[in-house]
Amino acid sequence: MNGAQLAENFLQALTAGILTGVIYGLMCVGLSLIFGVMRVINFAQGDFMMLGMYAAWFVFGLLVPGGSGGSVFAPYIAALAAGPMVFVAGVLVHKLLVSRVTGMRGNALESEGHYAQLILTLGIALILQNGGLFVFGSQPVSISTPLSSNAWEVGPLYGELVSVFVNQGQLVSAVIAAIAVLGFVVLMNRSRLGKALRAAADNPEAALYMGIDVERAHRIAFGFGVAITGVGGGLLASSYPFQPYVGLEYVIVMYAGVVLGGLGSVSGAFFGGLTIGLVQQLSTLFLPQQLQNTAIFVVFLAIVLVRPQGLFGRAVRRA
Amino acid sequence: MNTLRHRHTIAIVVFGIVYAAITMFVENSYYQLIMAVVPVWAVMGLAWNLFSGYSGLVSFGHAAFFGLGAYFVALAQTHWGLSPWISIPCAGVLGGLAGIVVGMPTFRLRGHYFALAMLAYPLALLYVFEWLGYQELTLPMQREAPILYMQFEDHRVYGLLALALMLGAMALTRRLERSRFGLSLLAIKQDEAAAEAAGIDARAWKLKALTLSGAMAGAAGGFYAIVLLVVTPAAVFGMLVSAQALIVTMFGGVGTVWGPVIGAVVLVPLSELLHAKLGNLVPGIQGVVYGVAIVAVILLAPEGVFWKLRDLRQSRRVPDDEPVAAAAAAPAADIARPERHRTGQEAVILEARGVSKSFGGLKAVQSVSFEVREGEILGIIGPNGAGKTTLFNLLNGFVRPDEGEVRLDGRVITGTRPDQICAAGVGRTFQVVKPFRRMTVLDNVVVGAFVHASSEADARQRAQEAVRRVGLEAESGRLAGQLSTKQLRLLELARALAGQPKLLLLDETLAGLGPQDAAEVVDVIRSLAGTGLTVVIIEHTMPAMVKLVDRFVVLDHGAVLTSGLPAAVTRDPAVIDAYLGKRWRAAHA
Repeated sequence: MNGAQLAENFLQALTAGILTGVIYGLMCVGLSLIFGVMRVINFAQGDFMMLGMYAAWFVFGLLVPGGSGGSVFAPYIAALAAGPMVFVAGVLVHKLLVSRVTGMRGNALESEGHYAQLILTLGIALILQNGGLFVFGSQPVSISTPLSSNAWEVGPLYGELVSVFVNQGQLVSAVIAAIAVLGFVVLMNRSRLGKALRAAADNPEAALYMGIDVERAHRIAFGFGVAITGVGGGLLASSYPFQPYVGLEYVIVMYAGVVLGGLGSVSGAFFGGLTIGLVQQLSTLFLPQQLQNTAIFVVFLAIVLVRPQGLFGRAVRRA
Repeated sequence: MNTLRHRHTIAIVVFGIVYAAITMFVENSYYQLIMAVVPVWAVMGLAWNLFSGYSGLVSFGHAAFFGLGAYFVALAQTHWGLSPWISIPCAGVLGGLAGIVVGMPTFRLRGHYFALAMLAYPLALLYVFEWLGYQELTLPMQREAPILYMQFEDHRVYGLLALALMLGAMALTRRLERSRFGLSLLAIKQDEAAAEAAGIDARAWKLKALTLSGAMAGAAGGFYAIVLLVVTPAAVFGMLVSAQALIVTMFGGVGTVWGPVIGAVVLVPLSELLHAKLGNLVPGIQGVVYGVAIVAVILLAPEGVFWKLRDLRQSRRVPDDEPVAAAAAAPAADIARPERHRTGQEAVILEARGVSKSFGGLKAVQSVSFEVREGEILGIIGPNGAGKTTLFNLLNGFVRPDEGEVRLDGRVITGTRPDQICAAGVGRTFQVVKPFRRMTVLDNVVVGAFVHASSEADARQRAQEAVRRVGLEAESGRLAGQLSTKQLRLLELARALAGQPKLLLLDETLAGLGPQDAAEVVDVIRSLAGTGLTVVIIEHTMPAMVKLVDRFVVLDHGAVLTSGLPAAVTRDPAVIDAYLGKRWRAAHA
């Protein structure tokens, strides 16, 4: 392999890493919102992402009967439409199950209340995964769009030697994901809802005394968090085939990103997710394809081991 | 105690006989397979319980040990023709080694981070084994010597072998549960800081627990490969494997040998039968069963079936041990201060020299110096936020000072681990009492006695002695959860005493007690000091302190304001302004 080839491979992997990384970043923002507001590790986040993928697939099927052709916008409309659908699912799951072990009620539980939440979401993850198998079947499906088989060629550069192909479908997905993240940041900082959520996150008890319905804030944060990740899933769905177990792979991807950025920090989560996307794609340069995810796990372990409290966490021991 | 122990042994034996009998009567070969798989998951649950149930650190990664065991047995037979009779124990050893390798780095993490990191290990291995090309490994048939390779025509034999494995795991768990091992882990689970203060090396015990737990899971995985004859990465490293270990245990009850067994006996056949009947119509029903089971348990009975049943049974029984505390004649609330003869020239036992500690911009403790003399009762007072508890944390090694040093018997102990400082003779209690609620008073104290005890019998004896010294003999068989606040304070005193310290650090031991209860506890502390123990006590309630201590050190804003005899300190205008306030001056002018 000559130098030009090497450079081309590197640039190609870099491009792919940024394009998937932006979508991972969006997914991580959703997870981070839930942890930031509720202090709950949501194990089922990957499975809500799976719901988002199938929701987008379902809407796409309505927009484009027959499964191919149609407007180039259809997959993106479908991905955005997945948001409200997953939001409703998230709100219901929170109201019926999660709220019983979190928030003020969670504090009243014994010392294991902490783990009760984690394990409850594990149960929800199992139900969604395996329920999904029943509802959607085990055959992988995908959203095919004309854009995802076209690419723009950047170059040729450096005297006709190097050229990079940017998949049009992925690029549009990444742009939409970036806009969604920006929109979310504006919403959190400017709107009344965002302020209520941040207050509830900062000090639930004080927020309660200030007349903020913390239970409702948690419900909205949970619904919102899974919906954001669901949209991310919908955007991924147009370039990757998926099946009901897909969430498991991404739950580690998301946690790696969120932990990298510091648990609870929204902007940190985005850049964490972006980094994970880069790690995943760049690892293909020197690792076999199957070990992509192993590379992520190793990076994840390295992060948590080198910085046990997360990158922005503080180490405080109390007696 | 002994009859209780026998009852447990009998219960295990009876359960084994019943299970063996059912196994022998089952004719359908699919049901025979279920009879062999139930104990495998029970052992996985016991392995998970041994680590997570007793230490309180939730592992989502036990599939790593299970999968390594399964692949080891399958590969060893395929490539080297190794008999499972040898390779299954080896799989156990491998699982144990994996436990050490995983535990060493991962124990640096706490809470959520630990749980998430544990999840990453099996999933990383899953992809590695796929990449290695072991997507589906089938064990070869051994027609020459089937028994040597654990290949039986009669599937009931697998059920019996699995049962033997499970009974072994149960016996091991039972043995460990009430030993130093189990009690130390329970102490860590309850409060790692308190456990370290009681002389327990938390990291070492956690590592031992994960090693043993990994070994059990590895052996279970090895046996699973023999029963199923096919090993795939998803089936042995998959999420459902770790989840199943956790779920059978949480369902049945954490922290008891019966929990995982109950969980496996109920959930495994249920999910298998539903899968057999409805698997074609409803794929994934097994996962749904486990998901629904764990959601239901968390919402309805988070303590698990075993504890729920036991609590129900106990609440129906008439309590036969009414508190006898009322019988004791209550001492007068305002006891006279007996004279203690102290020269002030006794040897210095503990010395702090210019100790400082800041948290961010907050200077919690600023160049504090004082000394504690042998046999004295030193009171440290100061308003909230004066740095009292931080000072204790600096003394017993929870927190390392930024500057200065602490000497115990002239030796510098700054930077030494809390459990080592405890072993050197410094015991401490905490502002918030943290008893082990489901354990008896005596067992609570035994945990503290292990520091210097040479054997379990020795620890028990020391614990009984400590319980006697604080006057809790009458309660020693009761569960700690049933005690009153005063009794809990005494229990904690006894737990600290059981480690036979020279020096006892008491953190607000009188907090939350009424005047009469406080006076009783003060009496106990004075009687302890009378036997030569040195006591340093942090306190708010000034009146009780005046009666208790020989000397005061007054802290304000992290620095020593003054120190001296009670009579002098309570008249010091600076102390009155900083701490006692004008009302005190008015009342005592």
